[in-house]
Amino acid sequence: MRKHFDLIFQLVSLSTLLIALAALGALVFDIVSDGASRLSFNFLSNIASRNADEAGVYHALMGSIWVIALTGAMALPVGVAAAIYLEEYGTRSRTARFIELNIANLAAVPSIIYGLLGLGLFVRLVGMGQSVMAGAATLALLALPVVILSTREALRTVPSTIREGSYALGATKWQTIWHQVLPMATPGVLTGLILALSRSIGETAPLITIGALTYIPFAPDSVWSRFTVLPIQIFNWVSRPQVEFRTNAAAAILVLLVLLLTMNAIAIIVRDRHQRQGRA
Amino acid sequence: MTGVTRTVPTSLSGVAARGGQPPAALDTPVKIGVDNLNFYYGEKRALDGISIKIRTNLVTAFIGPSGCGKSTFLRTLNRMNDIIPGTRVEGKVEIDGESVYGSGVDVVALRRRVGMVFQKSNPFPKSIFENVAYGLRINGLTKTKAETAERVEESLRQAAIWDEVKDRLHDSALALSGGQQQRLCIARALAIRPEILLMDEPASALDPIATQRIEELIYDLKKSYTIVIVTHNMQQAARVSDFTAFFWLGRLVEFDRTDRIFTAPAEKLTEDYVTGRCG
Repeated sequence: MRKHFDLIFQLVSLSTLLIALAALGALVFDIVSDGASRLSFNFLSNIASRNADEAGVYHALMGSIWVIALTGAMALPVGVAAAIYLEEYGTRSRTARFIELNIANLAAVPSIIYGLLGLGLFVRLVGMGQSVMAGAATLALLALPVVILSTREALRTVPSTIREGSYALGATKWQTIWHQVLPMATPGVLTGLILALSRSIGETAPLITIGALTYIPFAPDSVWSRFTVLPIQIFNWVSRPQVEFRTNAAAAILVLLVLLLTMNAIAIIVRDRHQRQGRA
Repeated sequence: MTGVTRTVPTSLSGVAARGGQPPAALDTPVKIGVDNLNFYYGEKRALDGISIKIRTNLVTAFIGPSGCGKSTFLRTLNRMNDIIPGTRVEGKVEIDGESVYGSGVDVVALRRRVGMVFQKSNPFPKSIFENVAYGLRINGLTKTKAETAERVEESLRQAAIWDEVKDRLHDSALALSGGQQQRLCIARALAIRPEILLMDEPASALDPIATQRIEELIYDLKKSYTIVIVTHNMQQAARVSDFTAFFWLGRLVEFDRTDRIFTAPAEKLTEDYVTGRCG
């Protein structure tokens, strides 16, 4: 009887997994069948146009790449530094516990609220304008809680024997963190960063809130340029009445998907190489 | 210290037969002086009024049952317990007459003088070379690459592992066997040229052959270092040490020359423990 239960449980878990995968597969299949025909080099290199056949995603794609690169560049150092403080230096203090609680809360705040914060703080108060910089800073805020939490998790998995070994050789706390703890935590840190950036690259609401445009006639050439991103372009096309634009939207989703998978692949390669270095 | 050919006794009864070895000199200068030391984990008192004099260039063994405080005491000597939150120390620890717990003591400098080898070998997940070079680099002890390489080789030779690893210095340290990893950790500790070497059950996870190599190493190293070793293994204490301290429930019960502890202990509790009647 117990063996039967075992088998049944296995089947149930397998089928739930299959249902989830089937839903994802159906979605991807639907988008591919709608949009694959529209994908071409021209679609990537053309700019948005009133004419559906001539419209492309060049500006939106460039905008997404600019924004996400800058988001990563801001969220990684700040997030890692914050996590090091919380995990290694401030663990016992009241302030640290207060910050910790609020970081967990921040991770649950809807992204549009971050958009409002970005609008008020970066666009208006700091005076960044509706630029790539302001957009990336807003998304970096959104990514920070995830980066901080996953970095702390990664720091915690470094065995205390390694820290003790380093201290016993006359290393300072900072030397121990920099030379031993951080390298061992890197794979975990990168995983968190990928997760956070993958979420950021799909964000639409906060960027619309800070005033990213649905149509701009140029690709960003500096961090102070105005910009648009792929999700905004997709949103714009989907809301058009003409059927041709829906095809464009499906094709743009494919572009976004490929960009996302490329990012993840790069991160996984970097992570694996790091892990292998540890062992080799 | 004693220039006598060493015979390794294979059992406790062998200790008594070790009459040829002159007793460790009591006039050897004191390296570590501890006076009335108490140690607390939170509210719990783990060490109770420990006083002991550890002598220069001799091997001192700490024995006693699990949880008796011998490892805790060892870790107070290089302030390794500092990194455990909620611990507290009372009393006096002096190395060469200088206070270890005084205000203004540089803990990092202290740990450079007092090396440590842990129970479970803990090589860094780096190459063999980098493991040994790490202490040199962080303390800025070598100026050139050649000098670093020289010190790494010297340390690996001292730890009797050079011949086994010289052709694969840049392979991962984690690929070594348990016994080799432990000797690498000893080499790592020796590289920064400490004066004192603390060893916390360095052979407890090793097979008899690896254990024997570590013991022979300890015997060689005491020419240049003051060694303190914690061990569960009484034969090991008898074989490698000049002095033995017996701990029981956070107290130092008896401290004397090793031959006396094992053949004519003053305390009944010590006798019961070393003959296996308790603990």
